[in-house]
Amino acid sequence: MRQNFGLRMFMGVLLALGVTVTAQAQQTIKIAYTDPLSGPFAQVGDANLKQMNYIIDHMNAKGGALGKKFELVPFDNKSNPADALIALKSATDQNMPFIMQCSGSNIAAALIEAINKHNDRNPDNRIIYLNCGAVATELTNEQCSFWHFRFDLHVGMKAEVMSRAIPKDVTKVYMINQDYLFGQSVQRDVKAFLAKNRPDVTVVGDELIPLGKIKDFSPYITKIKASGAQALVTGNWGPDMNLLIKAGIDAGADLRYFTFYAHLAGGATAIGAGGEGKVLSVMSFGENIAPEIGNKEAEAFTNGFRQLHKFDFAAATFRTIFEYLQSAINKAGSVDPTKIAFAMEGLSQKDFLGYDSTMRKDDHQIISAYYVGLFKKGVKYDAEGTGLGWATTATIQSKDVNQPSTCKMKRPSA
Amino acid sequence: MEVFIVSLLNGLVYGMLLFMLASGLTLILSMMGVLNFAHASAYMLGAYFAYTISLYVGFWPALIIAPILCGLVGAAIEMWGLRRVHRNGHIAELLFTFGLALIIEKGVQMGWGLLPVPYRVPALLDFPLFSIYGTNFPAYRAFMLLISGMMFGSIWLGLTRTRIGLVIQAALTHPEMVGALGHNVPRIFTLVFAAGTALAGLAGVIGGNYQVTEPAMAFTMGPIVFVVVVFGGLGSLTGCFIASILMGLIQTFAVVFDVSLADLLAKFGFIVTSQTPLAEVLTVTLPRIGALLPFLMMVLILVFRPRGLMGTRDT
Repeated sequence: MRQNFGLRMFMGVLLALGVTVTAQAQQTIKIAYTDPLSGPFAQVGDANLKQMNYIIDHMNAKGGALGKKFELVPFDNKSNPADALIALKSATDQNMPFIMQCSGSNIAAALIEAINKHNDRNPDNRIIYLNCGAVATELTNEQCSFWHFRFDLHVGMKAEVMSRAIPKDVTKVYMINQDYLFGQSVQRDVKAFLAKNRPDVTVVGDELIPLGKIKDFSPYITKIKASGAQALVTGNWGPDMNLLIKAGIDAGADLRYFTFYAHLAGGATAIGAGGEGKVLSVMSFGENIAPEIGNKEAEAFTNGFRQLHKFDFAAATFRTIFEYLQSAINKAGSVDPTKIAFAMEGLSQKDFLGYDSTMRKDDHQIISAYYVGLFKKGVKYDAEGTGLGWATTATIQSKDVNQPSTCKMKRPSA
Repeated sequence: MEVFIVSLLNGLVYGMLLFMLASGLTLILSMMGVLNFAHASAYMLGAYFAYTISLYVGFWPALIIAPILCGLVGAAIEMWGLRRVHRNGHIAELLFTFGLALIIEKGVQMGWGLLPVPYRVPALLDFPLFSIYGTNFPAYRAFMLLISGMMFGSIWLGLTRTRIGLVIQAALTHPEMVGALGHNVPRIFTLVFAAGTALAGLAGVIGGNYQVTEPAMAFTMGPIVFVVVVFGGLGSLTGCFIASILMGLIQTFAVVFDVSLADLLAKFGFIVTSQTPLAEVLTVTLPRIGALLPFLMMVLILVFRPRGLMGTRDT
């Protein structure tokens, strides 16, 4: 009898706990976030997480969406598609309406496929994939999905910006990219746009490296130097980017570096003072843009981040994500993924710097302003305490990055 | 020529780092018959200890203290762990060290976090030493060569010219006999194990800031060190040295030569096109399989010369 009583008490406590958990779940809008939080790319995931939490605090202070606050739930995927799918399973098991993933187009491709299947089979438990940085061109062309929204420009668009940003005196370039979906995408698209926009540029070397495996790039630098290249074009990110540039600077190689990701966390430290005027980055945001165009509010926002962390705020795309989410949820009037997805496609609004942006309806690819930054002295905000920072050398408006898509979107009937 | 000399230097630096790790492992393996999976973990611990110590007292004291700490850890592992497990045979030892490697990795993750730590080259050595054909050779790499060269010299002298070295050499092949002559063989085992881990720790101290100090560094370095030990042959320091330098050079030069099997076949007048069977495999260039070459060589040597390059007995 006494045992029974204890058991009942226990069940009662469990029940009460269950009730409070569901009550809390209804108060927040949960977003599963999966990226490498351990392994060679842990630094990238960690930097993303810090910036997202900063943005979420800002959005929640402004009231969240439908009176509910956003809540980020991180899952480590160790740069491994199988682990990302486990994260997806946990997210759908807990009825989370959104999953976010930034690093690794191979992982993004696996997620898109799994989400398509899941949403087909479970119409009452659907999930939207918010892509915050997996940019292989294919993901919004051949593999495009109604449930996938990409908030960073794809490689084709970035490559076009890059081909126009390469200075006139550079005619010989060497390409190094990571050997997977994204790196191959960069390799193909940069070559195509160089042939179109800069026929005078020859690619003297073109190479793929294993992802996240190389700790010392000195042998590559030797080879690049021997090829007679004036500049290195690379889509590498994380340690593959930072160690590559560091090896080049340490060797004192007379090279310029045209990159897609040198402006992210760890990049400035790796380049150091030796890279003055040598590194270009095609970027979605830089801390000096706001003061350059006189946007006080955006400047205060990034300045707030500087007070808290040792690296720079680079994630304007993440802020765009949450601003689009807010608008789409408010427009849909509920946290139902299907309604939100329909509300989000075709949505247009100003980004936080005040430039136009659109979530293109045909392929769910964001079209937003993009920038080219040069790493140099004498900027208002230096990067990672190096004394040098990213000065904006070109601003490309969203209408100029708009490339056609081959997507044939399948929309759900509901 | 330019590429050759610069790559030679880079290959030497990497090869010597491998040797520092492999020399300890080959001593432990050939003497105690223990395939120590946790050896590369000592390398990682060395780097992390050095990072933490250098925060308080600078790099130079860390260069001495961190390897000693690693050696103490090694001695403790041998005395209180391995010696007990030893009674249950080789499989138990293997599993013990494997478990230990995983525990150390988790411990490092819990103690220092998942992110790489900012363990940097000391300012005193952070300058280009000399320049060949316009490529700077950082002073720190020369320092690495110096340390590892000194280490090779002192181990070699210690093993061949001192009394304890002779006892160790004898215990390598005839432990019972050495014991019967009145030497404390278990203590020699502890000494060798501690010295081996200390050497790995020293490699970590100077390798951690040359590469990246992160929790995965043990598992990226581990397999290649085993390859060196197997390739060099059991019980031979010279074989281990040659194998290390060879692996360092192979991995460095593999990056530089953009050739594939298709190019080789073309020399014999056989042109590979996309229609050729296995064209995908034939056109893969050397840099893309560079990391695989040491393992390929290990497989070949196990098939054709199981005792390794200079080994005295079969693996």
